[in-house]
Amino acid sequence: MEKIDMKPLYRIPQTLRYVPTHYCPGCGHGILHRVVAEVIDELGIRGKTIGIAPVGCAVIAYKYLDIDMMEAPHGRPPAVATGIKRVRPEKIVFTYQGDGDLLAIGMGELIHTALRGENITIIFINNSLYGMTGGQMAPTTLLGQITATTPYGRRIKEEGYPLDIMKTLSQFPGVAYLARGAITHPREVRKIKRYVKKAFQCQMEGKGFSLVEVLSPCPINLRKEPLEAMKWVEENLAKNFPPGEYKEL
Amino acid sequence: MREEIIVAGFGGQGILFAGKLLTWAGLIEGKKVTCIPSYGAEMRGGTANCHVIISTQEISSPVVDNPTLLIVLNEQSLEKFLPRLREGGALVYNSSLIEKEITRKDVEIFSVPANELAEELGHTLLANMIILGALAYYKKVVELESLIKCLPNLLVGKEKFIEPNTRALRRGYEFARDKR
Amino acid sequence: MSSSRILISGNEAVGEGAIKAGCRFYAGYPITPQNELTAYMAKRLPEVGGVFIQAESELAAINMVLGASAAGARAMTTSSSPGISLMQEAISYMAGMELPAVIVNIMRGGPGLGNIAGAQGDYFQATKGGGHGDYRLIVLAPSCVQEMADFTQKAFYLAFKYKNPVMVLADGYLGQMMEPAEIKEFNFEDDSPSWRLDGAEGREPRLFRSLYLPVEDLEGLNIRLQKKYTEMRREETWREYYTEDAEALLVAYGTCARVCREVVRLGREEGRKWGLFQPITLWPYPERRLKELGRKVSKVLVVEMSSGQMVEDVRRILGEEKVGFYGRMGGALPVKEEIWKKLI
Repeated sequence: MEKIDMKPLYRIPQTLRYVPTHYCPGCGHGILHRVVAEVIDELGIRGKTIGIAPVGCAVIAYKYLDIDMMEAPHGRPPAVATGIKRVRPEKIVFTYQGDGDLLAIGMGELIHTALRGENITIIFINNSLYGMTGGQMAPTTLLGQITATTPYGRRIKEEGYPLDIMKTLSQFPGVAYLARGAITHPREVRKIKRYVKKAFQCQMEGKGFSLVEVLSPCPINLRKEPLEAMKWVEENLAKNFPPGEYKEL
Repeated sequence: MREEIIVAGFGGQGILFAGKLLTWAGLIEGKKVTCIPSYGAEMRGGTANCHVIISTQEISSPVVDNPTLLIVLNEQSLEKFLPRLREGGALVYNSSLIEKEITRKDVEIFSVPANELAEELGHTLLANMIILGALAYYKKVVELESLIKCLPNLLVGKEKFIEPNTRALRRGYEFARDKR
Repeated sequence: MSSSRILISGNEAVGEGAIKAGCRFYAGYPITPQNELTAYMAKRLPEVGGVFIQAESELAAINMVLGASAAGARAMTTSSSPGISLMQEAISYMAGMELPAVIVNIMRGGPGLGNIAGAQGDYFQATKGGGHGDYRLIVLAPSCVQEMADFTQKAFYLAFKYKNPVMVLADGYLGQMMEPAEIKEFNFEDDSPSWRLDGAEGREPRLFRSLYLPVEDLEGLNIRLQKKYTEMRREETWREYYTEDAEALLVAYGTCARVCREVVRLGREEGRKWGLFQPITLWPYPERRLKELGRKVSKVLVVEMSSGQMVEDVRRILGEEKVGFYGRMGGALPVKEEIWKKLI
């Protein structure tokens, strides 16, 4: 019989637990969790990584990521990460936060953690709204976008403008790495993985604060089919928040 | 024995330093002591004061409402605190900066030209020590030697200031003694 | 008198006490009347290889402490009343996650911004919950500079013993005043290597969680916590002054206890049978002993720098009839003569 050299094409990352997901069909969290898990595996840092979950849909990220983890009060993961990292500077510390957690209630902690150049990594998932509480407006909600709390669409006069955090953070000298990806296509997901890896490496080299923003579909709250939602991210969210690398020291 | 003291003056006149030194001296003489500075918003606007209690018995509140002894280095503080000085109490004041006539007859009054004496020693900043030195002669709340002995406790890392402060304490004491 | 006693402020004594109890992480935010403490930690912690962070807010400070505690550090934050209000959410998280930390409240006058004088208006907040959910803090109330150091050290020990946040509740007068104190090394063993987050190398991953969606899970956590709080009642601590034959009993803590002690002493000099009961742990409140003493006296007077907060606990324990109250608010101190008048 002919001997076939079989190489596995798919393997579950060691850092990702083999459990059923609680995320909605078409949600980007699962993909991003896997990206983070693959990067942790590839960098060989599973045993020295500590993750902080936000309040929001990813609050139980620990269910999927097989590493030391903790939850934090809403918006405070950067402060909690600061506490952990300063006590254990040799460990890799990251937060995983949504747009409400990071850019609304947690804006103070984000800005000051970045200003301090705290040597941590923030994985920021931006789906343009509050997912867990039922699709309310977030700082990243686009103008005209309908949400539970902007039933007439986001209006400049009433709700003001959406926030592009890349522009804000890129001017801070303590920020070492900034990139934005979008979950819109396998090609784009591979880019996200490259960004996440660079962000962790930046921390491993002690360069300072790193953040990767990931535009992600929330089909349930966008009231769209999964593919449509992904298309909406590509055609709307990514147009307003252009993907790419924004800073690399 | 129980002395309730307010030390008051401008910010920058070493008011807290004087209060702490007095407290330290009481401590090494085996007395019960407390010292509480004015703080926060009270510190704004240029005046500073601190409350010192030296007692042979346990001290409850560290706050002095009506002092038995008032030490003032500027006129503003005199106006503020003299009405609060207890009947039969004592006032030691810096006559270099206070020209106002003191009308209270129910208290002992000691005037010390502290700034002038300090200038003779090379620096007006020593006026606080001149006053404390004079106080040690007039009121014997604490001994002159106790004050001198405690200077190193407050001048850790600033040892070069021990000598001029010691001279100022002695000068104030001698002034009071010779004036009598 | 010991020659190793130094003249030090209450705020600084908390700092030095903490460092000598192994505190190696501090995050704080400026607020009067506790600023000397933050400055002291900024200077001292780097000398002992510890971490000092001036946080951007009290919210950030307490959450940095939350992270540092999860990483196994002996961590502390300090503030004054309005700042402590901002910290309540994270304190509730720490209680739920069973993380040790020391929180020092140098109370000032309230409500709102209030003023910067010493006050005792945060008794309810400290002892009855403060934050959301069913939880308890051990609350220690010092009344002199020596105790500011000693109780901070004890707070670290208790925090690690019970894996629970512990509060030192003092007031602005105690923070600001200088008194002689001797601050000694305070050593205790803690088991943080068995629970801290330091990477899952060679072991199962660890988790500090706060969300328990299934009702039975969250009730289970609460039952466990309540059992622990029952055990914590063992830590009831108090001090008595002339109580053996007392006919009238003063009850006071912190700065008020100092004033009451003097009233008792002056009263005794005149042959009046007065005594003082001073709770050291405000939670757990030293109930059993107070009940015993309450039976023997004909009159009880609670003295506080508030509108009457601890008095509610004393009345709960001793009944309404016997217990009188004298309080000052807004940062005012109780007056000896007034206490005297209310006792005779």
